[in-house]
Amino acid sequence: MVRVGVVGVGKMGLSHLSMLRAHPQVELAAVCDSAKYVLDVLEKYTKMRTFTDYGRMLDEAELDAVVIATPTGTHFAMAEQAIKRGLHVFCEKPLTLNIKDSQILADLAEEHGVITQVGYHNRFVGAFEEAKTLLNAGAIGRVTHVLAESYGPVVLQPKGTTWRNRRDSGGGCLYDYAAHAIDLVNWYCGTPTRAGGTVFGHIFSEHTEDEVYSTLFFDDGVSAQLSVNWSDESYRKMTTKITLWGTGGRITVDRQECQVYLRETTVIPAGYTPGWNVKYTTELTEPVWFYLRGEEYSAELDQFVRNASKGSSRILSGHRNSFSSAAETDKVIDLLIRDEAAVPDVALAPELQLAPEGKSGRSWRAWTPTAKLSRRSS
Amino acid sequence: MDRLIFGDNQFFGVNHMSEEKARSQALRFQENAAIISVLDDAYSAGIRTFMCTTHERMTHICDHIRNDPQRYKGFKFYPCMPYAHKYANAVTEVGMLGALKKVLPDEGILNAVLRGGKSLASKDIEGIITLLVDAEMKMFHELETPVIFLQNVVVDLLLGLGFDEAFGIFDRHVRQRYGAEPGFITMNLPRLLDTLDGIGLDNPIVCSNINKIGFRMSGGIVEYEQALHQRKFRAMAMSVFASGAIVPREALEWVRGHKNIESIVFGASTAAHISSTVQLVDELWSDGKVVRSGGLQRGSALIA
Repeated sequence: MVRVGVVGVGKMGLSHLSMLRAHPQVELAAVCDSAKYVLDVLEKYTKMRTFTDYGRMLDEAELDAVVIATPTGTHFAMAEQAIKRGLHVFCEKPLTLNIKDSQILADLAEEHGVITQVGYHNRFVGAFEEAKTLLNAGAIGRVTHVLAESYGPVVLQPKGTTWRNRRDSGGGCLYDYAAHAIDLVNWYCGTPTRAGGTVFGHIFSEHTEDEVYSTLFFDDGVSAQLSVNWSDESYRKMTTKITLWGTGGRITVDRQECQVYLRETTVIPAGYTPGWNVKYTTELTEPVWFYLRGEEYSAELDQFVRNASKGSSRILSGHRNSFSSAAETDKVIDLLIRDEAAVPDVALAPELQLAPEGKSGRSWRAWTPTAKLSRRSS
Repeated sequence: MDRLIFGDNQFFGVNHMSEEKARSQALRFQENAAIISVLDDAYSAGIRTFMCTTHERMTHICDHIRNDPQRYKGFKFYPCMPYAHKYANAVTEVGMLGALKKVLPDEGILNAVLRGGKSLASKDIEGIITLLVDAEMKMFHELETPVIFLQNVVVDLLLGLGFDEAFGIFDRHVRQRYGAEPGFITMNLPRLLDTLDGIGLDNPIVCSNINKIGFRMSGGIVEYEQALHQRKFRAMAMSVFASGAIVPREALEWVRGHKNIESIVFGASTAAHISSTVQLVDELWSDGKVVRSGGLQRGSALIA
């Protein structure tokens, strides 16, 4: 049995709590949150042991592992404390708000030999896994371009008071939505080294972005486009879709299905034929011990628990993400933030530029290629 | 419960196989008239029960049925609450308490809870749960709702947490306030049966995925089959076609082989699909034991 403590009982924390308590190898030893009313209810009706102080929970609950589902701004300190006590850590995504912090945690975990995992659940979706298997098998040859899209209806009007609506505490479309698409791109293609043309668009939110668009460049010549919008009401729920073009064909994958077009010239994997192939979630999904809101959420926790129960020396093969891989995802998030802050690469030739009449604020004239060049050379 | 019950996933862009299909369905059913037209087809085929989520669009469908009682004689709703995405999106946007505030008609209880560190009494929780149920039930006033379901995402969340008492509260409220039978939708049938047994709910109505390929049957198909044979509960099967992964005849023949399945809930978007399903059920269950529901001329697959 693995004694697990959960900190943070919001939407993710509550669902983790439910799945973990139902896991046959877990003893849910403690739950921690700052909201007393939630703890009251849990204590009264489920007899869980509750804490309002994280440090006290670590001191008193004799844990083997901790699941962190608090706002992102708190992840670093909480994960650091846990790792230093030799606890295995599952942390919600993104890992931290700062690439240095993420790297420190990844190194610290390595040093202490603990199991780590981050809540990038798409890596546990049968269809996304199938795409990974196909890529590993070289089914579409050399990948040339990727389109990573994620859309959904989160912020649909100009208001909101939670941490999710403030970038500085880890909120916003970039951390909440784009992180998932980026993590999949990283999983499929490795970490990009440059970003260009990053746009953080505002639709309704004042303190954070509602749209993220960018082009990512990889050292081997692959490029990827990112298109993410969490204010899109036309989607019933979050929908992430990745399209990969290669010399041998194309893969389009979302959580429901993996559509693959294979050229005659490519190596056709078993179970596939040249031309169009579609594999549905019904055939790609492994059964789980307990289903709450998608097999992937159960599967990611199951892997964490199984790894934790094996102890700290070796992680199981098939371990699909860790603080190290999540730190790579954070690197890309950082790339986007820095690229967006930079001046656009190319503007209209000076003779074609017209200052918009009556508009205050940043003038079009300021966005000259010269300005960009001088900044880069400095 | 009728043997064949009409579901609503197809109307709201829910499809477990394909986002594209889900979107084309959402497009097709953009207008309420399109939903009503398919419901009319189902009614003509002899179907009398519509199991539907408490999606806000359902308000208009309820109004339509309510306004023409002669036309829709015997038409029953099985409400399934809540429409979870409404809450999930609200939680992301305004936090958990904010979401609760949004949906509760009376903020009195919530305000009491929010007043600094006040401990929650059992009656508060019971009050909140019953208020939530009442808010979801508003659209069905004066309509027949003989069974009221709790959606799987809520059932399974509570089940995992071990918040067993909530099932009891729901059960009591549905019986007392609405004179209806409570139903529970779950993706974890064997486990839920244990829990409902544990709190003394006798012979509960439980709806879950039951299909030949074991799709989304947590605990495994063997345990499900054992439960069907050994446990005392009223089983309603959903996802019998596993979103189209099993051909209809094969899927229904398999269901037919499990005598304790009382009802099947299915979705279809065309009159042809509806009538072919009705005919197939009619054929497979034509064992002379089928009870015709009152006033039905066709679709004799239904039992009262």
